[in-house]
Amino acid sequence: MKANNIKTVIFFLAPALGSIFIFFFIPVIAAFIISFTDFDIYTLGDLSTLRFIGFDNYAKLLNDELFWTALQNTFYFVVVAGPLSIAVSLSAALLLNSKLTKFKSLFRLAYFLPVVTTLVAVAIVWRFIYHPNFGILNFFLGMFGINPIDWLGDPFWAMPSIIILAVWKNFGYNMIIFIAGLQNIPDELYEAADIEGASAFQKFIHITLPMLAPTTIFVSIITMIGYFQLFAEPYVMTQGGPLNKTLSIVQYMYQEGFRWWNMGYSASIAFILFIIIFIGTLLQFRIQKINR
Amino acid sequence: MIFIYKKIFRIILFIIIISLYACKSVQEENVTIKFWAMGSEAEQISKILPEFEKKYPNIKVKVQQIPWTAAQEKLITAFASDNTPDICQLGNTWIPQFASLNAIIDLSDFIARSSTVKAENFFSGIWETNIIDNRVFGIPWYVDTRLMFYRKDVFDRAGFKNPPKNWDELYSLCKKIKELNKGKEKYPIFIPTNEWNSFIIFGLQAGAKLLKEKDTRGNFSSKEFKEAFDYLIRFHKEKLTPFGMMQVTNVYQAMAEEYISIYISGPWNIPEFKKWMTGDLADKWATAPMPGYRNEYPGLSLAGGSSLVIFKDSKHKNEVWKLIEFLSEPKIQLKVYRVTNNLPSVIEAWNDSSLANDIYMKAFYQQLQRVTSAPKIPEWEQIVFSKLQQYAEFAARGVMTTEEALKKLDEDADRILEKRRWLTFKQNK
Repeated sequence: MKANNIKTVIFFLAPALGSIFIFFFIPVIAAFIISFTDFDIYTLGDLSTLRFIGFDNYAKLLNDELFWTALQNTFYFVVVAGPLSIAVSLSAALLLNSKLTKFKSLFRLAYFLPVVTTLVAVAIVWRFIYHPNFGILNFFLGMFGINPIDWLGDPFWAMPSIIILAVWKNFGYNMIIFIAGLQNIPDELYEAADIEGASAFQKFIHITLPMLAPTTIFVSIITMIGYFQLFAEPYVMTQGGPLNKTLSIVQYMYQEGFRWWNMGYSASIAFILFIIIFIGTLLQFRIQKINR
Repeated sequence: MIFIYKKIFRIILFIIIISLYACKSVQEENVTIKFWAMGSEAEQISKILPEFEKKYPNIKVKVQQIPWTAAQEKLITAFASDNTPDICQLGNTWIPQFASLNAIIDLSDFIARSSTVKAENFFSGIWETNIIDNRVFGIPWYVDTRLMFYRKDVFDRAGFKNPPKNWDELYSLCKKIKELNKGKEKYPIFIPTNEWNSFIIFGLQAGAKLLKEKDTRGNFSSKEFKEAFDYLIRFHKEKLTPFGMMQVTNVYQAMAEEYISIYISGPWNIPEFKKWMTGDLADKWATAPMPGYRNEYPGLSLAGGSSLVIFKDSKHKNEVWKLIEFLSEPKIQLKVYRVTNNLPSVIEAWNDSSLANDIYMKAFYQQLQRVTSAPKIPEWEQIVFSKLQQYAEFAARGVMTTEEALKKLDEDADRILEKRRWLTFKQNK
């Protein structure tokens, strides 16, 4: 009977497992092997030019200034945009969850709209917003007597501009998850706190935040993984410039792999990124455990 | 009884199938060739192909449109998965890549037998871009090159009746225009650091050899290239040009507003300039050949454009060649020019009044006599797009000195060319 069960299970899982194996594990293993070779455009034409070079790609990466720049930019983005976007999502969720808010579904839709809009379309609008001469952002700043800023052309402001865009584009998604989390907090807790005479801030710190902890860790891990893979925003807005200040790791990997066909080198970048994200996720789990 | 009927039925069926096969093999002389094209020519070429299909009723041409931005990626993945088309247009800086991939074939034998496609019918500088190790990999379909688009009225105000003929004149002209616009945020010229072409054009004008040791090492620190690089970076340092495309979202508008007065670019801009420079401005812009280094005029520029190539895996190479011959006829070249604005690669086509009397085309005709190609190696695009542009920006913004920038550029070029050195060394052994 039991053996039969297992057979049935395997039978039904086979298509799913098979496709995961073919379309996920095989490519990952192939990429891992390729990362130890100098697979490039010459190899594509003639396989005999392939050389196994051990850890050379990884060693080369460590000496590659552009890789470090990309890594630095990506960390800058994750460290600033990650918490910022979670804070914005949480605030939006709290506002939308409040009993005083009217037209809730309208606002929910409005905040979620950027998430489902194509980035390329969004980027065109934001390019106008950021335009140094006739952008609306500089126009507003001008009303407060602030000199026009060349948002996307200035090495200092380019990354903050990308961060603002990314946060605006993505906060709606996390907001929905937070709203779901907020709705799961039983009202009795707040009622009890009200009887005890707790202030709104105290309620937020001692009830809302702890009760939201599982949601928060989920959101922060998903956000971190997503933000480490920063690609589309700088790709369409700045192409990595000015002075490579918005070049991200994934963009560098894409350039090396699909623009210049240095597949070996590109694959090694991918595995470094994998290790970084893996460590990041482990750290967040640890922090969460300590807090408990 | 039924059994026999079945047998007869089977025999009849068999005969039908066989005869169907026979018919099919007769029909198979009708060939369809797959043609991948990019840009506006991809949309427009279908208007011209019926003439070809009328001439050769057994050949059908199926055109597939590919956007320029995705073309290279699509072609290389097509090659990797053995799905290449029969014929394709390739930007002539891409030919070395596809030649080294062994994806496209040497056309020398076809050319030797042809009466319409001959080297001397084409601009020699353009023809030369298709030759790698004495093998001809592509036939120029249309040409382009870069030269100066400028504001005539601004030149007049600066006291220049003629466009600048050499580097010194160009520089003093720009200084003059800057003076005229003192205090205003206006620039005389636009040499964006994210367009490598200008840097290479001026380098070649100064006589620089861009690579050395059989194109296996960068040679950008050479005296000649350094002089050209310094010359162009000075325009940035003295605020004679905006840094890059980020500062000038729309070049045509910038030209119309006199935000810039000179732009070094190619013929694809002509329809756009005509669209933006209307009314009073319509006769205020012109084209001129590149200024020369010292006394040679016009100065050198880069040979650009698209060539037609035949893929190795094509089963209909002879038919494809007929299409290439057809597209190289002067009269067809003119038709393509009329619908796409792409400049003809065949010199004879330029005698036609629509080109010979066009005021903007004169400069292009002159410039096309003075074009040369960039080094023909597959790594070239990576060196210039990802490295030269990067270090030009570093130098222009003053993050690095020009010496440092060029030294770094050479180091990066050497790193990129490591495989090429290994291959060359292996061959020599």
